[in-house]
Formats: sequence, structure tokens, C-alpha cells
Amino acid sequence: MSDVSVSMDKSPAAAEFAEGMASPGDFLALLKPRVMSLVVFTALVGLVRAPDHVHPVIAFTALLCIAVGAGAAGALNMWWDADIDAVMSRTRRRPIPSGRVTPREALAFGLTLSFFSVGVLGLLVNVLSAALLAFTIFFYVVIYTMWLKRSTPQNIVIGGAAGAFPPMVAWAAASGSVGMESLLLVAIIFFWTPPHFWALALFRAEDYARAGVPMLPVTAGADETRRQILLYTLFLAPLAVSPTLLGYAGLGYGIVASVTGLGMVWLAYQVYRIRTGDAAVKASRRLFGFSILYLFLLFATLLVGAFVPGI
Amino acid sequence: MAKVKGPTEPERPDGVVLSEEQRRRRRARSIAIASVLGFLVLLFYVVTIVKLGPNVLNRPL
Repeated sequence: MSDVSVSMDKSPAAAEFAEGMASPGDFLALLKPRVMSLVVFTALVGLVRAPDHVHPVIAFTALLCIAVGAGAAGALNMWWDADIDAVMSRTRRRPIPSGRVTPREALAFGLTLSFFSVGVLGLLVNVLSAALLAFTIFFYVVIYTMWLKRSTPQNIVIGGAAGAFPPMVAWAAASGSVGMESLLLVAIIFFWTPPHFWALALFRAEDYARAGVPMLPVTAGADETRRQILLYTLFLAPLAVSPTLLGYAGLGYGIVASVTGLGMVWLAYQVYRIRTGDAAVKASRRLFGFSILYLFLLFATLLVGAFVPGI
Repeated sequence: MAKVKGPTEPERPDGVVLSEEQRRRRRARSIAIASVLGFLVLLFYVVTIVKLGPNVLNRPL
């Protein structure tokens, strides 16, 4: 485990809130609710796009387990990364570095929820989706958090797979198999992740450097990061249109994916072109913000398209 | 029966004494855990009924 004792014991908050003093809200914060909401949303799309009908109670159970599993992975991530969270301005108010939850509590909480979410999904829904959820948690915690994050600038490229799996898990929960369309959804999130996080890393590079995380702007420089963002976006934009081209989604989705995809490419090009001063920071922030809207619009259109023909 | 403390027996420490805030937080955690357990019981019950399907009511009386 990462050594967090030095930074935490010096904190007055840590002295005040020793083990067992966290509130339910602190444990909720360990689940990374904002990430969880994105996972639930993309999983919901996987669930409704799956070809088989699934009973609403089973669908709710599957979504709940996927959400809790994602939250458990987030808690284990915070347990392992507490030392770097403590030195980064974006994360230093998280429950462990601020002393509200001890690392041991976070570990126990994360492991318990991991076993419960996978177990309940396996018992109440099906074994394939439970196995995929278990793999997703393992991938995020062990492959990404413990191994890749601190060792390679390709951390979020490979680790991004964990964030991309939820629609496939939900698809498997509904149909008992992994369809081609669910793999496309995984691919869209997978190739969306690098431009999204590298845009963030561009204007948070100092934070990552201070924490010793080898994000691409820290190891290869801002210019190379800008080039990679543009390349990934040029690949992502047509990929996002492919569900329509392959007949999995309607024309409405194709139009939304094309227009928003052009927006992504334009903003990525602005990030590539503007390299100095406040304008460069602004371009990165704009791409980061739009990338969230972009993914939301793609999946929201797919969600609507499951109920409205032609979309 | 309670053991009577002898005059030479050392004073036993009071143990961990929780403050009012700590008691409040512990109570909140206990309620949260109880709620989650209650919800799980309900979920397992409802899913069992759903999986059994309408035939659950079709039985000889």
C-alpha cells in the first residue's frame, strides 16, 4: 500500500477523526459519485440497447450492482492513491487525505462492496455479467491504479478500458452474451478517454508532476500531448458514427455523432494549434468540458433511439 | 454476581470514551448499515418473486 501515514498524521483533522469516526457521507464520497453517475448512465444505455427483454427489477438490480462495483473500485483507488491525492489540489480534500476516513476503513469498505456487488450480480442476474464486473474492478484497481498509473504515460490509455466496460457488463446482464454493438460502445468510451484526460492533464500538469504521476504532458511534454489528443480525436469522431454506418443505430444518432464529432475535432485542433499563454489553457479546458458533453450526447441519443424508431 | 474490587486492586482504565459528535457519527453509520441490509433483504425477496414468475400463485389449495 502507498504510505500515507506521514502526511495524514500531521493533519489536525486526522487527530480529531481517528478510526471509526467517519460519517456515512464520507463513505459515500469514497465511491466517487460523479464517476459512478457516468458509469450508471453508460450501463443503462448498454442495458436498453441489448436485444433481449429484461424485467425492470432485474435491470435495476444489474444497474445497482454495476454502480456499487464501480464505487468499490473508486474506494480502492482512493485507498491506494491516498499519498498522491494528498499533494494534488484537485484531490486533497478526498476523505482519506483529509483524515475523515482511515486507509484501513477505505480498504475494508472497497473490498466488501466489491465482493457484494459481484456476488449479488452473479446470484440475481447472471454469471457472465458478474465475471465481467469482477474483471472490470480488477482491471481498474490492480492493472490501472496499482501498476500503470505510476509507471507509464500510457496509463490512462490502457486503464481507460476499465471505464469503458460498464455498457458491456450491462449488455451481458440483459442478454447473457457480449454483442458486437456493446463492443462498439466500449470502443467509443475507450478512445474518448485519452483526449478527455490529456486535456485535463494539460492544465493540471504541475499537479501531476508534483505527485510524480507520469502523465503524458509530464513525461513527453505539452506539444506531444497536443499531437496525441488530435490523433485520438481524429480516430474517435468516425468511430462514434460507426453504430449508424453498421446499422446498429438510426440516422438521428448518426447526425448527432457527426456534428458533435466535428466539434470535438475542431476543439482538439484548437488545442493543437494554440500552445502558449492563457488561450492555450482555455482551449484545453474547453476541450475537456466539451468532451463530457460529447459522450453524454452520444449515449443519450442511443438511449432515446432504443425507444424512438429512426433515432 | 459483580466482583467487589479489593483495596489493593489497581484502577481499571475507562477505555475509549466517545465524544457527543463521535456518538452521533457512529449512530448515523449504524442506521446507514441497517438501511442497506434491510434494502438487500427486500431486493432478494422481490427478485425471487420476479424469477419465480406468475406461476408462484398457481398452486393447489
